Amino acid sequence: MYTNEPAITRSRESVLATNKVIRNTYTLLSMTLLFSALTAGLSMTMNVGHGVSLICSLAAIGLIWLVLPRTANSSAGIFVVFGVTGLLGFGLGPILNYYLAMQGGSEIIGTALGGTGIIFLALSGYALTTRKDFSFLGGFLFVGFFVVLAAMLVNLFMDIPGLQLAISAAVILIMSGFILFDTSRIINGGETNYVLATVGLYLSIYNIFVHLLAILGSSND
Amino acid sequence: MDWLKIGSALAIVMVMFLVWPAVRDSMKNKREASQHEWVSVIIPLALVALFVYFLTKMV
Repeated sequence: MYTNEPAITRSRESVLATNKVIRNTYTLLSMTLLFSALTAGLSMTMNVGHGVSLICSLAAIGLIWLVLPRTANSSAGIFVVFGVTGLLGFGLGPILNYYLAMQGGSEIIGTALGGTGIIFLALSGYALTTRKDFSFLGGFLFVGFFVVLAAMLVNLFMDIPGLQLAISAAVILIMSGFILFDTSRIINGGETNYVLATVGLYLSIYNIFVHLLAILGSSND
Repeated sequence: MDWLKIGSALAIVMVMFLVWPAVRDSMKNKREASQHEWVSVIIPLALVALFVYFLTKMV
């Protein structure tokens, strides 16, 4: 007698595996966000300078580039994720202190934090409930991000008025696209490593927060 | 020149190098999307833009 039981079993196993990746990703993501907040608070109280912030960012990029690909499939990968998020959080300290010194600074930081949370939850919820395949966005997002990075590099030395605001707006939209893209990759089995999935989503949240802060800060000026 | 600017430029160039393989791969293996699929992305992104505009008016 013909039976499609193996196909059903495989499909059920695949759904269970996907649900496990989603659960592990969101658990690790919430833990790393809390850890980042802790290191950010620490660097704020220590009143570290922008130089230390830059060194932390460079060290985090180095970890993502050189160490994470070699450790992502082992338990050491979790420590690397905490290292990356801790360093990026610590690097946020001087930026947050700068905004706190502004008039209405705490309101700006609170609004940026809340806004980032709402954007992330809404987009993840949209991707998780519709279960749409956003893999077609990959080329558009990576090329867009590369162009924005080139614009950032130019603006660093040319200081073109208004360009920083346009860059921040573009980064928020690109990172929002990355949240849809990364979440859809987890749901559809394109990303089975929760360590890499966590780093991808964390970087999107981090960039949205930093650039939302920049937009809100400049609109308050 | 300000060494912070040079350091920031170094960080940006490092991220560009980090992203480049993904740019190359995504261009090589890109999937054509239907108009319906693009609409399903443009609407939430437009809502994000609107939400950010609303936040700037709030502060």
